[in-house]
Amino acid sequence: MKHVELAIIGGGPAGLAAAAAARRNGVEDILIIERDSRLGGILNQCIHAGFGLHTFGQELSGPEYAQRFIDQVAELSIPCLLDTMVLDLSEERILTVTSRTEGLQQIKADAVILAMGCRERPRGALNIPGTRPSGIWSAGTAQRLVNMEGVMPGREVVILGSGDIGLIMARRMTMEGAKVHAVAEVMPYSGGLKRNIVQCLDDFDIPLFLSTTVVEIHGRKKLEGVTLAQVDERRRPIPGTERYIPCDTLLLSVGLLPENELSAGANVALSPITGGPVVGEDLSTSIPGVFACGNVLHVHDLVDFVSQEATLAGEAAARYLSAGESQAETIPLLAEGGVRYTVPQFIHRDTTENVTVRFRVGQPYRNAAVCVYVNDQLLRRIPKRVLAPGEMEKVILRPADLPAEGGSIRFCIEEGTN
Amino acid sequence: MYDVLIVGGGVIGCAIARELSRYQLKICLVEREEDVCTGTSKANSAIVHAGFDAAPGSKKAYFNVEGSRMMEALCQDLDIPYDRCGSLVLSFDAADRPRLEELVRRGQENGVEGLEIVEGETLRTMEPNLSSQAVAALYAPTGAIVCPFTLTYALAENAAANGAEFRFDTCVERIERTDDGFAVYTNHGVLHSRTVVNAAGVYADVLHNQLCENKLTIVPRRGEYCLLDKTEGRLVSRTIFQLPSTMGKGVLVTPTVHGNLLVGPTAVDQEDKSDTATTAEGLAQVTSAAGRSVSRLPMNKVITAFSGLRAHIAVGADDFVIGESAENFFDAAGIESPGLTSAPAIGAYLADLVAEKLRAEKKNDFIAKRRGITPLKELPFEERRTIIEKDSAYGQIICRCEQISEGEIIEAIRRGARSLDGVKRRVRAGMGRCQGGFCAPRVMEILARELQLQSTDLTKSGGESHLIAGQTKEGWDK
Amino acid sequence: MERNLICIGCPLGCQLTAVMENGVVTAVTGNTCPRGDEYARKECTAPERTVTGTVRVVGGAVPVVSVRTSRPIPKEKVLELAQLMGKIRVQAPVRPGDVVAANVLETGSDLLATCSAAID
Repeated sequence: MKHVELAIIGGGPAGLAAAAAARRNGVEDILIIERDSRLGGILNQCIHAGFGLHTFGQELSGPEYAQRFIDQVAELSIPCLLDTMVLDLSEERILTVTSRTEGLQQIKADAVILAMGCRERPRGALNIPGTRPSGIWSAGTAQRLVNMEGVMPGREVVILGSGDIGLIMARRMTMEGAKVHAVAEVMPYSGGLKRNIVQCLDDFDIPLFLSTTVVEIHGRKKLEGVTLAQVDERRRPIPGTERYIPCDTLLLSVGLLPENELSAGANVALSPITGGPVVGEDLSTSIPGVFACGNVLHVHDLVDFVSQEATLAGEAAARYLSAGESQAETIPLLAEGGVRYTVPQFIHRDTTENVTVRFRVGQPYRNAAVCVYVNDQLLRRIPKRVLAPGEMEKVILRPADLPAEGGSIRFCIEEGTN
Repeated sequence: MYDVLIVGGGVIGCAIARELSRYQLKICLVEREEDVCTGTSKANSAIVHAGFDAAPGSKKAYFNVEGSRMMEALCQDLDIPYDRCGSLVLSFDAADRPRLEELVRRGQENGVEGLEIVEGETLRTMEPNLSSQAVAALYAPTGAIVCPFTLTYALAENAAANGAEFRFDTCVERIERTDDGFAVYTNHGVLHSRTVVNAAGVYADVLHNQLCENKLTIVPRRGEYCLLDKTEGRLVSRTIFQLPSTMGKGVLVTPTVHGNLLVGPTAVDQEDKSDTATTAEGLAQVTSAAGRSVSRLPMNKVITAFSGLRAHIAVGADDFVIGESAENFFDAAGIESPGLTSAPAIGAYLADLVAEKLRAEKKNDFIAKRRGITPLKELPFEERRTIIEKDSAYGQIICRCEQISEGEIIEAIRRGARSLDGVKRRVRAGMGRCQGGFCAPRVMEILARELQLQSTDLTKSGGESHLIAGQTKEGWDK
Repeated sequence: MERNLICIGCPLGCQLTAVMENGVVTAVTGNTCPRGDEYARKECTAPERTVTGTVRVVGGAVPVVSVRTSRPIPKEKVLELAQLMGKIRVQAPVRPGDVVAANVLETGSDLLATCSAAID
C-alpha cells in the first residue's frame, strides 16, 4: 500500500492553503487529492470579483484568487492527484481512491486534512410541490454551466433563495442576456451580503421579494412558470398572496451543506448544527490525525477566512506529525442564546496562540451585544449595531482568557442596553 | 406486419414483450415517451407484495401470489437487485386484531406462506423504530423489495436481445380492425399487426374502448412519495404497511434495494392522465401518516418527492382486466397495485395466451439471462480494480453521491439511455442526495459525446425537456 | 433632491440619504462612519463598477475564459460592456492577465483574462 505523511482531500482554497502551510512547517511528504480536472475548486466558477480583500488587499476574481495558491503549491512542489476521487476514508486513515489514470488504489496517510467543501441543498430538500420538469437548477450548477461551459440553462429566470450564489447568478444571467424576473426569499431578510444585494439586484432593477417562496412548479416537460406566495412568520404560505410568474429557469440558492460523507465513514464526530466535524482550536477532529478546514467544516462567507482556517489546519497537521496528538485537557465552547454554533467547539488548554472563534447568529439583531462568559463570569461584551445570520462573526480569545480546570466558555447574544 | 404489437413500455408491457420473445413471433412494442419505464413503473412503492390483500379468487390475488413466487428467480436471471426483506402490516388499536386475523386468513387462502401475527417485544425487536402506537402486526416473510427501474429496463433489454423491436416517441392515436388484424395509427405512421396487446397503463381504457363492447373507465389515482437519504435507510428493515382502507394499502415506510427510505403513497383520484405534480397537502399527508408507523421520521432528510398514477378502474371492472377482451385484442388493463409484483406472472400468462392464439412455436435459442450493469461500488476492491484496469472509464467517478463511474454511464447510454433521466434510472447517476447538482453537467457532456448531440439537443426526459437554451450572450440578440 | 442608498461599506448596511443640488452632493446623513459619506458621494455623482464576465475562446481547450475590467467603469456602461463581451473572440492560448480588449467603450479600462485557456 502506498504511504504518505499527509493526505489532503480536496484541492480547493482550503486544501491548497493547508498544503502550503504544512509544507512551510516542515511536512515533506504531502499529497493533494482533487476530484476535478484542475485545482481551485469552486473558485474556478466564481468569476466575479471580491475575493482576497483581507488576504491580498485587493479584489480578485475567484480564478485569480485560486491561482495565487495554486502557484504557491507549485513553487513548493507539492504533488497533486487530479481527476481523482476519494471513495472511502477509514478510521485508520486509509484512503481508497480511484482515477482514470491510476485506477483503484489505497493510500495510508499518517495525517489527513479534510477539505472537501460543501454542496448545494437540492429542490427535494425543500419539498416544493409541483411538477418535475427540466429547467430547475441549483444556482451553483447554473454558475458552472454559464461561466465555465458558456451555455445558458434558460432565458426567463426566477431565483429562489437570496444566498450569495443566488444573488451573484441574478447578475450573471442578466449580463448574459437573460431576464431575471424575481429573487424570492422565504426569510424576512436576505441571507446574502449587503453589497451583493446592491450590486447584483438593485443595479439591474431585479426585485427581491422577502418572506416569499415558490409554492408550485408548473410545466410537464419543460418549466413553464412558478407560483410565488408570501409566507407568515412560521414560513407557511399565506392563501391569496399567490402570483404566477412565467419562466423557463428556476435557480435554487437555498443553502449549502458541508459534504461530510467521507468524514462520517471514518467515524469523525459531526456537529448537527454546522454539518461539519466537531473541531478544536487546532482544527483537529475526534479522530486522531484527522483535521478539517474550509466549507467542509462550516460554510464560510469569505474565502479569505477559509484560507486562514486552512493555514491553521496545515500547521496543526505538521505539529501532529512531528509531536503527536495534544494530550491537554479540552475546554468546551458553548453556543447559546442566539449563537447557533461556534467553530472551534473546544480549545486545548495548552494552546499558546490566540484563538479566533467564528460563529453565526440564528436571527438578525440590532443594537445587541456578543457576550462571552467564562464559567458564568462575563469575559467580554462586544456591542454590535447589526448582527445577521448571513455574516459570520468572530471573537478572539487569548490563552489567558481560558478558565481553570473543568471550566467552559459560553457565547451568547444579549439584546438592548447598549 | 407484426405478429404482436404491444402498446406501452411500462413494466407490464416489457414483461409481456420478454415472455413473448420466447416464441417465434415478430414483436413490436410502442411507447409514447422516449424510453421505457416513464409512467407508473417509475413512480411506485417498489414493493413485491406477499399477496394477502386481494380478495381470494380475484385476478389480483392470483397474479400477485404467482408474481411474488416468480420474482426472485426472474431478478436472478436478469441480474438485478431483489431483497426479500419481509413486510409488516401494523395495527394501532387492539380492537383491530380481528382485521389482522382476517388478513392472515385471506393470505392463506391466496396461498401466501409464513404469515403470522407479531406483537409486543417480538415486534419491537424486529423493528425498534416503530411508533409506540403500533400494537400488533401481520408479518409476511415473503414480502420483498425490488428496483422497478432496473426490472423494467432488464425486461426490455432481454426482450430486445431476443428480437423484440421497440419504437419510442410513438403515440398510438387510434386502432382499426383490418382483414388480417389491426391497423395501429401513430404519430409516426401506421403499423400493422395480427394482434394487439394493451399495456397502456392509465390510457388502457382509451385503447380498450375503441375495440371492446364492455367499456372501461380508468381514473388515475395519484400517489405521492418522499424519498429519504441513504443515511436513513436503516430506520426500518422491512416494508411497514398500515391496515388497509378502501383507497388502497395506505402509507408505507420501506427501505429500498438501494438503501434509501421511501415513504408514501397518498391516494387521490383525478381526471388528468398525465398530471404527476406533487402537492403541499399530499406531502404533508405522507409525513403525518408515515409518522404513525415510525417515530421520529427524519423528514429533513428527504432528497426528493414524486408522484405516480395508478391505473384504477372506476367503471367496468373491479379487478385487473387481463385476457383477450376482443378478437385478437389482449388487455392488461387496470394494473394498479399489486401491478409491479404481478408483472412477471401477467407477462407469462398473456404471452402464452397470445402465442396459443397465433399457434406460435417456442424458439430454441431464447436467451433467458441478461447481464446487468455492474454497480462498481458494490464490488470487492480487487474485482473493481480489475474492471478499471480493463476500461479506465470505470475509474473516473462522475456522480459523487452514488459513486457512479463514467464507464457505467457510457454503458447506460449504450443500452438506450438518451436523457439525464434515462441515465439516472439505469445507473443512478443523479439519484443521490445532491440530486444531480454536481454530476448533471458532466452526464450531459458524456451524453453529448456518446450520442453526438449538440448541448441544445440534450433533454432531461425527452420531448421538450431541453436542458440548455443556447450559448451565453445569444440572448442579447433576441 | 434627496437620494436613498444602502451603504455597502460593511455589514451594517446603513440607510444613507444624500442631498443633491445641481448634481453635487451637499450633505450625507444616516452614515455611521466616514466610509458611508464617501460611498454616497461617489455613488450619487459617478457610480462605478468592476465588471466581470466571460468571452469566447477560439481554438481553446475550454469554450470561454473569464475576464474583468482592469479598473471600475461607469455604472451606466455595464450592460453595454456585457453586450460587447459577447462579440469579442480571443485566440487560445490565453493566460491570466492577458489583455483581451483594450480601452473598452473608451472607458480607459482594459478587459483582462482572469483564467487561462490552453490550445485544444
